[in-house]
Amino acid sequence: MDANIEAILYLISGVLFILSVRGLSSPETARTGNVLGMIGMGIAIIVTIVGLGEFTDPLTIGMIAGGIALGGGIGALLATRVPMTDMPQTVGMLNSFGGMSAVLVSVAAVLSPADFNIVDVATNAISMGSSIETSLGVIVGAITFSGSVIAAGKLQGVISGAPIVFKGQHPLNALLTIAALVMIGMFVVTGDATWFWAVTALAFLMGITLIIPIGGADMPVVIAILNSYSGFAGAIVGFTLGNTALIITGAMVGSSGAILSYIMCKAMNRSFISVMLGGFGGEVAEGAGGEVETRPVKQGNADDAAFVLKSAGSLIIVPGYGMAVAQAQHAIRELTDELQAKGVSVKFAIHPVAGRMPGHMNVLLAEANVSYDDVYELEDINSEFSQTDVVLVIGANDVTNPAAKTDPTSPIFGMPVLDVENAGTVLFIKRSLASGYAGIHNPLFFEDNTMMLFADAKKMVEDIVKAL
Amino acid sequence: MEMEAVAQIMGQGVDPFIFRVSLFVLALFVGYYVVWSVTPALHTPLMSVSNAISGVVVIGALIAVGVDLAQGASMGSKILGTIALTLASINIFGGFMVTQRMLAMYKKKN
Repeated sequence: MDANIEAILYLISGVLFILSVRGLSSPETARTGNVLGMIGMGIAIIVTIVGLGEFTDPLTIGMIAGGIALGGGIGALLATRVPMTDMPQTVGMLNSFGGMSAVLVSVAAVLSPADFNIVDVATNAISMGSSIETSLGVIVGAITFSGSVIAAGKLQGVISGAPIVFKGQHPLNALLTIAALVMIGMFVVTGDATWFWAVTALAFLMGITLIIPIGGADMPVVIAILNSYSGFAGAIVGFTLGNTALIITGAMVGSSGAILSYIMCKAMNRSFISVMLGGFGGEVAEGAGGEVETRPVKQGNADDAAFVLKSAGSLIIVPGYGMAVAQAQHAIRELTDELQAKGVSVKFAIHPVAGRMPGHMNVLLAEANVSYDDVYELEDINSEFSQTDVVLVIGANDVTNPAAKTDPTSPIFGMPVLDVENAGTVLFIKRSLASGYAGIHNPLFFEDNTMMLFADAKKMVEDIVKAL
Repeated sequence: MEMEAVAQIMGQGVDPFIFRVSLFVLALFVGYYVVWSVTPALHTPLMSVSNAISGVVVIGALIAVGVDLAQGASMGSKILGTIALTLASINIFGGFMVTQRMLAMYKKKN
């Protein structure tokens, strides 16, 4: 195929990827967008295979067919089997594969520079620009890989969600970064591949040391950042290959992850730097500000809750990660149907960091057939709480904590929260009085208009439905 | 002389690297505006579709698998390329299919 035609087809594939993201501006256009993305990917793969030229050796054919069949099979199995509650760690794993692919391709390019067109004719070695690009490719890719494995492990609960901090952590990371830059410099100047291998190994280590100090509460940000890195790793490979589709896609995915992490940081009132430095949510705060709560907690059961809901005219449900853990979304949908049939207005309020990844709650509610017209974002619904009879908080905690507005000593002071305390009655389903994921005490439990329902979220909601 | 001036205006004297940087910077801007237009309700599908499209690194994997051993290319490239191809395929199939599965769930009130 003519190189110009190839380049144009790669450009088309890049444009289709842009449209696949653009489609996500509304649920109506999203499915079409996703199909456009698939077409773009099909074009990219076919053009590349055709561009390899005539190859008839069974080894190459077998490797290509085998790789696509094996990977495609695993991917398809994963996509159809994974429970929606496990999406955060699934995205984490896919980030790691993206990072690893970038590493492997960069290494393959260094091993066979002629086939990747990165040989400098004058020196008959890898050109200086390409040696910088391949080094950056392995660094970003390897950090993405090992960082994502750690993040997915924390989300899956294989590794403790608590931040793992040790003395000298930040100096160590700084030292590793400087060492990596020196190694790149040596590789570029001397052309000795030993430096390239050293920097590859170091980058895998850096992924671990960078992510391990970050606590579970900050994982949504970390997943978004690693998503961004996997994009940039791809873009760097695109520079090495001179490939339009890869450069466009890498930049798109890079901006996407960066914007999502910005949104998450803002929703937690944290700076990007403080998230990356880690350590947040480590010590379980013993009553923010040292003040010990002495007020009694009003406790209720399913019948009490059903009574309150029956006499309500309007209800806002605030779901959090606890809903995901208890798989309570289907029971909640039943409750919603039941109440709507009785003429109660039911809405859902989603905080940007509810759950363990951006948009996590929306997907779970969609899975349970809750119409997306009834689901509102924080800024769209926050003023409505004061005119609402009942708020039902299910497995959310920190995102409803009024201390974020009133207590300057609280670690989450300044974080935008849902003003649930303004509603007539707050029903709070929770397993115990324990602190939230961020380890912060919630004064809302002790308010006069709060009724605590201590139980598993799913069981409690089912019992309320029965009591209705 | 005249031809040379035309060639310069057409950018033929420009290093291909600069073209790639230009493309990258423009794509960053496109990405910035397109991603801000994504509704927060679809942020999870956004991340999974990002996973899928970053699977386009499959291009590099295929080139690595297709290196010509007869021309002195390394067997290591072929093997690493195959692993990269497998991982990228997981991203492509897994990413697009799980996104499709999620998007099918988003329904309007009937």
